[in-house]
This record gives sequence, C-alpha cells and structure tokens, in this order.
Amino acid sequence: MAAIGRKALLSINTLRPLVACFHTARGLHGVAPLTSAIQAPVSKPEGRTTATLIPGDGVGPELCQVVLDVFQNAGVPVDFEEHYLTELYARRSESLDDVVDSIKRNRLCLKGILATPDHSSDGELKTLNMKLRDELDLYANVVHVKSLDGINVRHKNIDMVVIREQTEGEYSALEHESVAGVVECLKIMTRQKCRRIAKFAFDYATKHGRKKVTAVHKANIMKLGDGLFLKQCEEVAAMYPNIEFSNMIVDNCTMQMVSNPHQFDVLVLPNLYGNIIDNLAAGLVGGAGVVAGASYSSDSVVFEPGARHTFSEAVGKNVANPTAMLLASANMLNHINLQYYGDMIRNSVDRVIRVGKVRTKDMGGFATTTAFANAVIANLQQ
Amino acid sequence: MAARVTKSLLNYFRSAGSRQFSSDVRTVTLIPGDGIGPEISAAVQQIFTTANVPITWEEVDVTPVKGPDGKFGIPPAAIESVNRNGIGLKGPLMTPVGKGHRSLNLAIRKEFSLYANVRPCRSMEGYETLYKDVDVVTIRENTEGEYSGIEHEIVDGVVQSIKLITEPASRRVAEYAFQYARNNGRSKVTAVHKANIMRMSDGLFLRCCREAAEKNPDIRFEEKYLDTVCLNMVQDPSQYDVLVMPNLYGDILSDLCAGLVGGLGLTPSGNIGEGGAVFESVHGTAPDIAGQDKANPTALLLSAVMMLRFMELHNHAAVIEKACFETIKEGNFRTADLGGSAKCSEFTGEICRKIEEMSG
Repeated sequence: MAAIGRKALLSINTLRPLVACFHTARGLHGVAPLTSAIQAPVSKPEGRTTATLIPGDGVGPELCQVVLDVFQNAGVPVDFEEHYLTELYARRSESLDDVVDSIKRNRLCLKGILATPDHSSDGELKTLNMKLRDELDLYANVVHVKSLDGINVRHKNIDMVVIREQTEGEYSALEHESVAGVVECLKIMTRQKCRRIAKFAFDYATKHGRKKVTAVHKANIMKLGDGLFLKQCEEVAAMYPNIEFSNMIVDNCTMQMVSNPHQFDVLVLPNLYGNIIDNLAAGLVGGAGVVAGASYSSDSVVFEPGARHTFSEAVGKNVANPTAMLLASANMLNHINLQYYGDMIRNSVDRVIRVGKVRTKDMGGFATTTAFANAVIANLQQ
Repeated sequence: MAARVTKSLLNYFRSAGSRQFSSDVRTVTLIPGDGIGPEISAAVQQIFTTANVPITWEEVDVTPVKGPDGKFGIPPAAIESVNRNGIGLKGPLMTPVGKGHRSLNLAIRKEFSLYANVRPCRSMEGYETLYKDVDVVTIRENTEGEYSGIEHEIVDGVVQSIKLITEPASRRVAEYAFQYARNNGRSKVTAVHKANIMRMSDGLFLRCCREAAEKNPDIRFEEKYLDTVCLNMVQDPSQYDVLVMPNLYGDILSDLCAGLVGGLGLTPSGNIGEGGAVFESVHGTAPDIAGQDKANPTALLLSAVMMLRFMELHNHAAVIEKACFETIKEGNFRTADLGGSAKCSEFTGEICRKIEEMSG
C-alpha cells in the first residue's frame, strides 16, 4: 500500500520512451486500434515497484516468462524478485522463510501454481501451499469469474466473484489414525476467521458495487462447524443492509451453478467448498487457463491463476494458455495503481481473445503459448 | 481379514443375484412416501403391472412411531418388511422440521447399512439442457466421512468436525464400484479424492480404490482430484464414466451431475447395502402440487428400473426404460416440469401404451 503514496500523475509524453519498444513487436497480429477509455496514464510512479515472483510448478515458469515478456514490451515499471519454490523437488526449492520474507517486504507477489503431491517428502501433512498461506495469513482468496468475449462455452455472460476462506476448515492438516484402518480428519472452524471472511466478502461487495452475497455451506449436516460459518455470515450481513444476503447448501449450489449461474453475484465459502466452486465456476467460462485470482492477507496480496492446476502434462510443449496469468498480472498492476499498464495488458488480452485468430488448444485453437504471447504484445496499445 | 469378509459378502450377493434370476415372483417393499409420493408410486405400479414384471408389492407406512426408548422412529413392521424382502422402492419422504426427529432418510440408510449411493445421470433426449453428452454414474460412500456427525466446540468459538474414513467402508464402496461397472457394461472407474490436502484420510480411501483396481484389471481405473473433476465435468462431461468417492464429495458431485441433465426430477438413485437395497427418487415431496395429478414420476420410475437391473430382470428394465425415454423424447405427454402440460396419469398412460405396443 505504501506504493500508492509514491504515485503521481504524469503526462503521456514522459511515458512514451517506456512503452516505445512494443512497437517493434507489432506485426502480423496487430488489429486496428480501438479507442480506449483511458487516453493518458492515470498514474505513474516516480520509481519502480518490486514484486516477488514465484513461477511455481508445471507450466508456471513458461507462463511467467510470457508475463515478463509482455511487461517488458509494455514498459511496465515493475521489477521482480524471482524465487523458485516447489514441493516436488524439496531439496532444490528455496527456503520458505526467504520467500515469505520477500513477499512481506514487497507486499506484492505474482505466483504460478505450486503442485501438491499426495505424499510429502518429510511425512508432513501440511502442503507447501498451506504453509505459505499460513505464514502470510493469506486468508481470502478472490476469484472473479467473468465470461470473456470470444471463448466458445455453453454459458454466456457469467459474472460472479467467489470468495474463499483458505486458512482453516478442511485444510487444517490435522489427521490421525486412531486405530489401524480408521483415520480421523479434523475440520476446524473458528468464529474469528469465519467472521473475518464474511466481513471481507461484504466489504468487497460494497467496494465493487455488488448487490448480493451468498454464503455457501453444509450446515444441515455439519450443524456446528458450518453452522458457525453461516451464523457469522448472517451477523455480518445484518451490518450491511444495502447488500442482499442469501445462503445456499453446497450441493444445491453446484447444481444451480451449472443450470442457472446468473443468479450468483458474490459467493462466500469455507475452504474446501471454495476450492470446488472456484474450479466449477472456472470451468463454466473456459477453464483453468483463463481465470485469474488473488489471495489477500491484511497487508499483502498474491496474484495467481484462479483455478489451481499445474497442467504438468503440458510442460515444455508450449501449448498452455497464458491468459489467466496475464490477467492476474494485470490485476496486480491495477492493485498498485498502475491502471494504465494494467488496462493496457487486459485490453490487449481481451482483444486477442475476441478477435479469435490466435487461440491456444484449450480455447479450441492450435496456437502455441509463444504465438499467443506475441499476439498480446502486438495488441498492446498506448 | 476385512477384505475376506467383504469378498464373501460380495460372493453372497452374487449368488443371491443368480437366485433372483429365477422366474419366481418376488416381493418388493414399497414406501410410497409423502406429498407427491403416493401418486408417483401408483404410476410406477401401474407401469409395472402393464409390463408384467414378476414382482408383488408390499406397501408399508414409515410414519414415525414412538419406540420403546421414547424416540420416534421407523415402525418395526416396515423394517421387517425390507429385511425380509431385501429390496425396497421409496418415494420422497418429508423430514419433519423441529427437534427430536431424526431424518427418516438417514434412519433408513442406517437401519439397512446402505453403504453405496448410486446415481446414474444421463442426458435425456427431448429435454434439452446445455449439456448433451452426459452419461456418468456417481457412486458415493454413504456411511461415514464428513457426515459422521461427530462435532464439538473445543473452546468458545472453535469448532472441530471430524471426518471419519475407515478401511472397510472405503474398500467396500471401491469394490462395489468395480462390480457395478462390470455388471452395467461400463469401462472406467474414476476415484475422486483430495488426497493432496487430506493426505491420510483421503489417502486411505485412494489406497483402497487402488487395491480394488488391481483386483479388477478389466476395468480401467484413474484417480482425479475433486476440483479437477468439477472443472472438467462442466466443460466436457463425456470424459467420465463411473465415479467413486467419499460421502461429501459424492453428495456434491451427484447433484452437480443431476444439474447437468436437468435436475433431480429425472435422476434415479439406488442405495446398496449389506442387508438389502433401497431405490428411491431423490427429489422433494412437492407438497404444493401433491394430489393434483401434476407430478412427474420419471425419477421414481427410473429408480425402479435400476431396481429391476439389480434384480437382474434386464428385459423388463429395458422395455420400461425405452418406453419412458421415448415418451419424453416425443414430447406429446410431458409434465409441467418438462415444459409440457400433461397430467401424471396421461404421461403414465402413454408409457403403458408404448409398453403394450412393444410386447404386443
């Protein structure tokens, strides 16, 4: 947040040299310029901002490279501190402490997806993802699921926000084998964290002009655990009379989601249900490759793809869709008040997808990751 | 040890199955249920009579009665009937709101230890949804997991809910999934889990599935994370066949799949247990249209068809199923929930006419 203070308005002329280099990339994929709502930079920092970059596993490093290329061509004044973090080859990973320190210092991170193998190398139940979230207290995961023009999917005009608690619940890593063949797995729900996420959801809805918040739960079966969550949501809802509140049982929610997704606006969910609905909703608008997300703590934000899949089977094949990562990076730029660059990248991605000439495999095309990246670079506009 | 017990049980079932194959008339317990239950049950009975299905119905009432312990529960006569017949068909039951009543559905599940809930979801021609290529079966472990009901508040504001996964229950449902796949001509079983997060509990479930897969090399086996399945299911449902999973995931995925094909009014459901099997429609009691001859009996009818297959009365099952699908496809006698204006009795009558046509 401190970065905001350093920002000042500046004329477009000062900016030109920074963005000039993208002209070189404009080639075959260039389309007629569209008039942008933003004609001049809305903000421009005096210096440069540093963000932590965790490329992640699977296709993460390839996608991060796309982001770096696009940033360079757009002249984005952001520097990255790159950290290699992984659970797959634990010994080759940088220490979690160093990464956490970096994120705490920068308060800003762009992250690929970390794979979570079924078995950890040291027998620990906590995954690296959980440790990172716990260390930084990244309690709120926000995924804005919005249909993109040009992607051929069954459901059109979807626009919802899925807000997921991600520091407790089923992801508590408390399990034990009481007797041989009988495993108990604890799901922990606390009043404080339920209230915190409920408050976050309503604050988010208020800030973004959303009308309705739906709490998703299974309180009919887990009367105490999910009951606590629901009760906190209800109590917080009472403090926001302008926002409509409803609740829905999670199984019904999945059914409604595939038959009538337009009824949803903002959803707030405990950890596991959030994971389910995030992925389901991402599937509705085109899959894991096109949905961006972000995880918030009270003082730092980690921007990452919204549906967490490493797509490891595509490593090195140059076929992954960088859209999710690019949109996450654009959101990151907006977050640090670099709307000019953020919008530039978002608009370019939107345009490439809308025109539909360069489509990766998941969008029904045959373009490579590099071709898509080049198209985005070619469509960057001042 | 547990494996041997389960195996002997399975063998018992198989032998019981072949006995059922004889042309003897068998008795099935019928629990008509509440709300629209009686009318749709009557429709199913009428269709079965027309198709000359060799079963007789034993209708029982499950209105809770006060037991010797002072608690309300299923009447002993109903329990006895299912225990004696081993097979039941059940309409929707209303769970009384308020304290002191256990959900009757839950009670029935417990009473007959119905460990596997089987829900086939298939796109129905004539009732279009956004998804046209759905043909999946969800098999859900139904006795433990997140629904163990063990919860407590450790200190003020901190609740722990215990999810219980045991080896015998996991193995039982995993083996049933492969058995189901083979008996129903399916080629692939997918274990749905979250063992990357719940490494011990879901890990145990997954291990049991792997072991069952090894014993059934003729059926393809794959493992998928729950979130991946959700993501893929809404994009391309055709890549899945039979899915087997713990309780909560099954609850969620079975409803998701039902949503793909148009809701609970069309999806049958069967509960397989050690002491018997109960087939049921999983939709609500729809008290607002009860007694008005407006209800759609499809879900209960298809559940009854599942029951026939379970009893190895495959020919009867095929005839009834075909008549039902064709009636919906033609669209002249659709009930209101499918966008038509036919009455339940007209819909039923048309199915009966088709069955007579086919057998005549």
